Formats: sequence, structure tokens, C-alpha cells
Amino acid sequence: MDSAISRVMGDGLWRNNVVFSQMLALCPLLAVTTSATNGLGMGLATTAVLILSNLIISLLRPLVVPEVRIPVFITVIATLVTLVEMALNAWLHELYQVLGLFIALIVVNCAILGRAEAFASKNPPLLAAVDGFAMGVGFTIALVLIGSVREIFGSGTLFSGASLLLGQSFSFLETKLFAGYEGFLLMILPPGAFFAVGFLLAGKRLIDRWLLETDELSRKQSGTSPSFSPPSPKKE
Amino acid sequence: MNGNLLSRPSLYPAILLAAVALITSALLALANRYTASQIAAAEARDLQRLLTQVLPPASFDNDLLADTLTLPDGPQGQPVTVHRARRLGRIEAVIFRVVGRGYGGPILCLMGVDRDGTILGVRVISHKETPGLGDKIEAARSDWIHSFTGRSLANPPPARWRVKKEGGEFDQFTGATITPRAVVHAVREGLEFFARYRSLLLQEE
Repeated sequence: MDSAISRVMGDGLWRNNVVFSQMLALCPLLAVTTSATNGLGMGLATTAVLILSNLIISLLRPLVVPEVRIPVFITVIATLVTLVEMALNAWLHELYQVLGLFIALIVVNCAILGRAEAFASKNPPLLAAVDGFAMGVGFTIALVLIGSVREIFGSGTLFSGASLLLGQSFSFLETKLFAGYEGFLLMILPPGAFFAVGFLLAGKRLIDRWLLETDELSRKQSGTSPSFSPPSPKKE
Repeated sequence: MNGNLLSRPSLYPAILLAAVALITSALLALANRYTASQIAAAEARDLQRLLTQVLPPASFDNDLLADTLTLPDGPQGQPVTVHRARRLGRIEAVIFRVVGRGYGGPILCLMGVDRDGTILGVRVISHKETPGLGDKIEAARSDWIHSFTGRSLANPPPARWRVKKEGGEFDQFTGATITPRAVVHAVREGLEFFARYRSLLLQEE
């Protein structure tokens, strides 16, 4: 079970990352990653929904038949998102004012349905919840990375508005990188998201290839039999 | 329920789907029932806070949420609810909503105007402008919205109630002209509305 959990974590964070490997959820990604802070807010809200939806879908597993699984999943996810939105609006209104924009966008996030279909409907609840967590954190890291790249080139700042999302104690995150930088507008507009995703994607492929090559090299030197093993989940 | 019905393969998916739809909609209805009053209270608190933001502190002593007047022909032609701020019973200022046609949809703003038609403050309530570009109209993100304070229809003159790019008085943002232009336009319409209905708005009952 432990190795299954670490495999699921590695899949979510690196090998099968929502954005950089599955190329899913690009619609909300293009919309919100104009700054690192927005990416973080979207990522956190999505992670919460992903854990809950994976858990519920996995619990419903014995009841759901293949013919109607997609409508059932969609209904469950849409209900869940709406319930989260209502609860936040009623009891955590301050947080809702910051995250409200992102919560509505989660419904159109195909990654949630994708994980329900590809993983949660075939695995036990605990593992499904871990998968939701790992995929959510992987998504958050991708969003913050893309948001940072776009914000640095587009406005010359990093984590601007962080105190609005995380509270005053996080205002130290807000940095202005270059004084007098006018900003490169294209990076803030949707094409900038494609550029950022493209370059980061290429970067990930390069790292993956390098990992594979060093792996083969070390195996040749030690003389062990060449058995296929995917690159280990290294840190970003 | 009849066991024979359930054993027929074509019926189970239908029943399952119906049950899921029933349970989820029941959950939503229940959640709506328990959160509706909380949400309404939270929104009233928001409105109260916004109303007090467009007025100088301690310039009024009445309940702004309760003291309202509805006119059928508002700043943008739609009915508008006007909140009246009184001190010692006299109407000192009115607050009403103006709507700008922004880049991503309507931009809702509140503006406070004193008896002489001078702007006490403007705040954006909600908008769907581009994050990072158009959202500088929010007071939390930039000082721009404060540039309206102290303005009136005579200051600047009507021809200069535009963004600088169009020969006016107000700054636009790099990469976003439509958003500030919409707000400037809406605020000017708000002032014209006040001028048109001044006597009615300030009429004591």
C-alpha cells in the first residue's frame, strides 16, 4: 500500500502531471494564471474539490454501472462544487470574495472528471483521495510556475496581491522585481499562457530525457540487466 | 421496490441516475435553505461596508441600508435604488449604483454624491475585467478609483470627462483602455442623473 501511495504521489506531482503530462485543464489555466497569486488560489480551490470528488466517486464505485457513469460523475462534481461555493459564501465570506471567481471555474475543469473516470472509479477510497491530493498539488505547482513566469515577464512583479489571498501576514511575498519596468503585455494576455506552457513543457521533457539517460548510463556501468524503469519522481 | 424490476439490466441505470439526481438536488435545496439567510446577511454586511466606503467616515448617523428611495429612471435608464445619508435628519449625501459597459461585461460601481453634486467616493462592486489588466479599477489593487473623489460635472468640464487617450482628464491603464473608459463614462452618467433629479433626491419627507 505504501509503495502504491508513493507511486500515486509521483504520478500526480511529476510523471503524470495534470498540465505538463496530461495537458488537461488548460481552459481555467489560461484564464487565471496572469499572476502567481491567482494561480495559487485556483490551485488550492481545485485541490480541495479534487480530493472530495475522488473520495465520493470511489465510495460510489460499487453502485455505479458503466452505462451512466459519466452523467453520475458530472452530477456529483457539479453538486460538490456548488455546495462548496454556498458553504464558503455563507460561513467564510471573506475567503469567498477572493476565491469565488476560481470556484465557478472549477466546474469546467476537465481534470476533475478525468481523475474520476481514470482513477477514482477504479481504486479504493484512500488511494483515490491521495490521487486527488497529488494531482491537485501537481496542478497547483504548475499554475504557480506558469503564473510566476507570466507575471515576471508581463508585469515585473511576483506574487502581487498575495496578501489579499493569504492574509496580511503573507504580504512579504509580494515583490517588485524591476523598478520602472513597463511590462510585456503579451505575457498577461492568453497567448502568453501558451508561450509559458510551451517552454515549461519543453523543459520538463528535457529533464525527463536527461533522467532516462543518466539512468541507462548508471545501469551500463554497474552491469545490471536493462529492465525498463520510468524516471524517478525528482523535485521540480 | 420490486426485485424483478431491478434485475432487468436496462432499468437499473435509469433508476440509479434518477436516484443520484434526486439526492443531489435534495442536497442542493437543503444547502440553499440553510445558507440563504447567512449569504443574504453577509451580502448586506458587504453592501453596508461598501456604502460607508464611498462616504467620509462619521459624516452620517442613520441606517444607510434602511433609508432608501427607488427611482424608475436611473443613471443607465434602469430603475435605481438610492441610499440616503443623513446627519441630524438632513440629507447630506446620496449613494447609488452606476453600471459601466466593460471589456468582460457590466462593471457595477457605487458612487456617493454630496448635496452640491461633488463626488465623495466611487467603488467598484463587481466586474469581470481581465485579471492583471482591468482589475486596477479595484480600490484594493490601485489608487485609480480615488481620482474621482472631489470631482463634479464642472470639474473637469464635460468635454474632459474622458480618459487621457481621448483628450480627457483620467488615466487609462497600460493595455486596458476600455475598462477605465467604461468607469469614467458610468460615473459621468451618475453625475448627470444626480443633476437631473437633484431636487427629488434631496427632498425631505
